[in-house]
Amino acid sequence: MSLQVEISLSRPGFTLEVAFDSPGGVTALFGRSGAGKSTIAGVLAGLVKPDRGRIIVDGQVLVDRSAGIFVPPHRRRIGSVFQDGRLFPHLSVRQNLLYGAWFARSQANGKPLRDIVELLGIGALLDRRPATLSGGEKQRVAIGRALLMGPRLLVLDEPLAALDQARKEEILPYLERLRDETRLPMVYVSHSRDEVVRLADRLVVIEAGRVVSSGPIAEVSSRFDPTSGTEPSAVLAVTVGTIDRAHGLATLEFAGGRLTVPAGRLVAGQRLRLQIRARDVAIATGRPEGLSILNILPATVLEMAAAGPTAMGLRLDCGGTILVAQITRLSAEALGLAPGRAVHALIKSVSFDRSGAE
Amino acid sequence: MPFLTPLEAEAFSLSLRIGVWSAVLSLPPALAVAWVLARGRFRGRTLLSAIVHLPLVLPPVVTGYALLLLFGRHGPIGAWLDSWFGFTFAFRWTGAALAAGVMGFPLVVRALQLSIEAVEPGLEQAASTLGARPIMVFLTVTLPLIVPGLLAGLLLGFAKSLGEFGATITFVSNIPGETRTLPIAIYTLLQVPGTDAAVLRLSALSVAVSVVAVFGSELVARRLRRRTAGA
Repeated sequence: MSLQVEISLSRPGFTLEVAFDSPGGVTALFGRSGAGKSTIAGVLAGLVKPDRGRIIVDGQVLVDRSAGIFVPPHRRRIGSVFQDGRLFPHLSVRQNLLYGAWFARSQANGKPLRDIVELLGIGALLDRRPATLSGGEKQRVAIGRALLMGPRLLVLDEPLAALDQARKEEILPYLERLRDETRLPMVYVSHSRDEVVRLADRLVVIEAGRVVSSGPIAEVSSRFDPTSGTEPSAVLAVTVGTIDRAHGLATLEFAGGRLTVPAGRLVAGQRLRLQIRARDVAIATGRPEGLSILNILPATVLEMAAAGPTAMGLRLDCGGTILVAQITRLSAEALGLAPGRAVHALIKSVSFDRSGAE
Repeated sequence: MPFLTPLEAEAFSLSLRIGVWSAVLSLPPALAVAWVLARGRFRGRTLLSAIVHLPLVLPPVVTGYALLLLFGRHGPIGAWLDSWFGFTFAFRWTGAALAAGVMGFPLVVRALQLSIEAVEPGLEQAASTLGARPIMVFLTVTLPLIVPGLLAGLLLGFAKSLGEFGATITFVSNIPGETRTLPIAIYTLLQVPGTDAAVLRLSALSVAVSVVAVFGSELVARRLRRRTAGA
């Protein structure tokens, strides 16, 4: 799958001018509300016509305004999941699920209903009406409906934004399964950093109708960019190693070393993504002794940048994995930090989602 | 009906027939116009809306006269229909149904337009992303969701037709058994002294039919609404 987007449109009081591309996987459009993310989702689905630009999916030109090409939504085979579900109130859950598959019967690459129902855990809901479903159930049905049309690309526009935290936790594992089991390319629109870190492979940060940065998630999220309004953090893909039942701790292995975290419900061999925020990492020039912090990793300073009036941002190389730290400028001067300097990163806290992954 | 004279019974059944035909036949064009007014975004929208609502504000006599000019035996449309299909509106019950349909048209359009506007456009968008062509979006999403509005429109058209007087008498005159509907029969009886009892009977009949129609459709609409709400 390849996706190339290069569009611009202006509405009163709002201008959108973005270009990005994606080789596949999950591409997150990330940014504040009103930044234009949902408009981009609408343009991809064909519900909004851009003033200028092109959209190419797998070599097929869906939009090219200068060539007068605009493929209407019903011929795009791009599945859409909306923030408000948009299930058809007059149809049962089963009829909702099969709605798109019915129109796609000639292009029969839609997955059988059974598989999708099992994947999303909605078997018990099939004969119910949408009005009787909870918010989380509605979104799972909406995802299933979009999958069953046999899309070549799935566009999810803030699918969890209308749900409370518990409902989000209920759906995120299904989205992870979807990503890992179907390999369906997705564009995931969100303003939630946690969702993006868990799901996305690539990140496109949108602000005021423009792309401010884009690239692989680990790289983009570790940039210190005071204008982006997002807090830098390292995103690590780790595997759960041994579990120390006596102390309730688990060892997580990654390219740059090991981390020890509370085991919770983690299982040996499980793979997950975790996030280490810059402000949760402190720096020591020598190996510290007599410290309660469990996670101390040797690293090398890659670059340093001012991250505010008093703060200094550091990018560290930890055996090939990028870590980020935010310390005061005073500390940076006192420790004599400079690129190339060997240091120890003291990780105060690691955030990841315990209910996440199987 | 034992309590009605044959002439009165004739007016009653004629009114029902004209009411049903005018309501049913005006529904499809009213639906098309309502959809265009509710969902269309084009230049002449306000103009179209004004034209559709014209029968509501014009004196019914003027509407009837316009129908006579257009659909009369020598009118451009009337003559064409007569020569090609042998079909006439002039001084026939079909003409009364046409007059009633035209007079009720704005009300029917209004009811349908409101119910189409109440359909969340997001649902129609979702249907199109799922592969439905615009016509299929309308048939599988919009139409099922406006069934209560369709019923309301049907009823309004029927009720308006039962009460139609001015345009009908102007266009197709007052012919017993052909164009003498309930209101025209009442009007005719009022011209003759000593017919108070007959006038009262027909008036009561008009009230009864209208009440039954309103309650019946309200009942059905409520049941349908409950079903789509899924409670």
